[in-house]
Amino acid sequence: MHALIVEQLHKVYATGFEALKGVDLAVEEGDFFALLGPNGAGKSTLIGIVTSLVNKTSGRIRVFGRDLDQDAEGVKASLGAVPQEFNFNLFLPVEEVVVNQAGYFGIPRPEARARAEFYLRKLDLWDRRRSEMRLLSGGMKRRLMIARALVHRPRLLILDEPTAGVDIEIRRAMWDYLRELNADGTTIILTTHYLEEAESLCRNVAVIDHGRIAAVSETRALLAGLDIETFVLNLKRPVAEPLLLPGFSVTRADATTLEVQLHRSQSLNELFDALGRRGIEVGSMRNKQNRLEQLFLEMVERGREGSTVAA
Amino acid sequence: MSISAQRWHRYWVTYQTLLHKEVLRFSRIWVQTILPSAITTTLYFVIFGRLIGERIGDMDGFAYIDFIVPGLVLMAVITNAYSNVVSSFYSSKFSRYVEELLVSPAPAWVILAGYVSGGVARGVAVGLVVMGVAMLFTDIRPHSVVVTLLVFVLTAILFALGGFINAVFANSFDDISIVPTFVLAPLTYLGGVFYSIDLLPDVWQALSLANPVLYMVNAFRYGLLGTSDIPLFAAFSMILGFIVMCVFISLRLLQRGVGVKH
Repeated sequence: MHALIVEQLHKVYATGFEALKGVDLAVEEGDFFALLGPNGAGKSTLIGIVTSLVNKTSGRIRVFGRDLDQDAEGVKASLGAVPQEFNFNLFLPVEEVVVNQAGYFGIPRPEARARAEFYLRKLDLWDRRRSEMRLLSGGMKRRLMIARALVHRPRLLILDEPTAGVDIEIRRAMWDYLRELNADGTTIILTTHYLEEAESLCRNVAVIDHGRIAAVSETRALLAGLDIETFVLNLKRPVAEPLLLPGFSVTRADATTLEVQLHRSQSLNELFDALGRRGIEVGSMRNKQNRLEQLFLEMVERGREGSTVAA
Repeated sequence: MSISAQRWHRYWVTYQTLLHKEVLRFSRIWVQTILPSAITTTLYFVIFGRLIGERIGDMDGFAYIDFIVPGLVLMAVITNAYSNVVSSFYSSKFSRYVEELLVSPAPAWVILAGYVSGGVARGVAVGLVVMGVAMLFTDIRPHSVVVTLLVFVLTAILFALGGFINAVFANSFDDISIVPTFVLAPLTYLGGVFYSIDLLPDVWQALSLANPVLYMVNAFRYGLLGTSDIPLFAAFSMILGFIVMCVFISLRLLQRGVGVKH
């Protein structure tokens, strides 16, 4: 069964800006799905429409088989939404925010309190339950948005940039919890600017650009389509410029740092053989960019070239 | 429990949650929400009722201080019911926590009922406080408890709805004070709070009949004192007619997401 089906979704804002130009998308139940795209690509509009925060212009949305136009209550009951921007009453205590949200979903107060405790403990916020929202750090507010979105136990959780502005330690903890939720059967869709996040968490990825879906694929398959990867090599000893390695595109960043572009047809062994023949010893190595980021940039670039040609 | 019963139970819990939140909101800051009306009304009673009123003499057969009690109580109900909803709903738009409700399965009418009930709760709470203050200055006992309570609650509902519509269209905090200052205050003061429209020249009497607050003040005056410039049936028809119209407008606005969705 599909958790989400989007068909021919269009959105034109009152300003005349066409944010979505016929988006089609399907997400399987149980999936961990990433929606990637540059700023202004239409990610938040798409998520906003699915979560009933934005009115669509035309198109159809179904969540677990329920049509948003015909059964909005049924759709909303099965959805949990974590928006990109904080949307709290800053003067309410943390626990009350979660308990009220449960109440809006029809969960009676005693049960709402029990669930609030469960999720606040899970997200390490129980000790701050009596703090007013305005006194929380950005990371705490992000975690609270997740607790609030989960309190009615949705089957589909949609997160718009859930870890924006969160430090690495908390981000990793949030990733672990999202993995746990997904393993327990919750379908998760997220948008993120941290492509490492999508690569690490998501089984499937859709790339959206200029209001259209540019690609939908398994994350692994998408990465397999990556033609070129750039590696940064830290050398043990300085090298003189220019450095020519036949068959490889090499840039000397400084005396002990090289950037090498490796085509999909080439292997790291070939590169190290070539370096060894020149007596160059490598101390350490890293990807210049996250692999998904590189692929994403390539796809967006290709899409823009296509648009320019078409124009 | 059948599906229908479950659904109604869910609506009931949502309504209770909203009402609880709204009542907590104004009762936590009672010094800002309840007390000012009590102080203002005490000043009105002392200055207009006692000091100036004794020189005015009777109005419609009642001591002036007694005559102004219904209008002053209702003025407090109107102002507080309106300002509670307009400030609460606009704040939820401004800080975007209205989205907590928009993503929930709560239907528009439950959301509206929750906010309006919050406004009614504050209007009635302040009205009772003001009534208590009036009891210290006068010996009024309601002529008709049923009419008094009905007008009390219906007026609070109507102006709570007005506050909701104002909040939907407001784009800044300035916008939520424009209607109370430039529309509500003149209508209230010209609605026969401090005088009987019999005192006005014919033209102004006719114009006054277009003011809906006049009907409420007079119906409430009938409930408390047993006298009114307006027939009771006309007053209730006017109030109920406005309520039905405002409910219809509010629901349409909420269902379309005007002011809260793009």
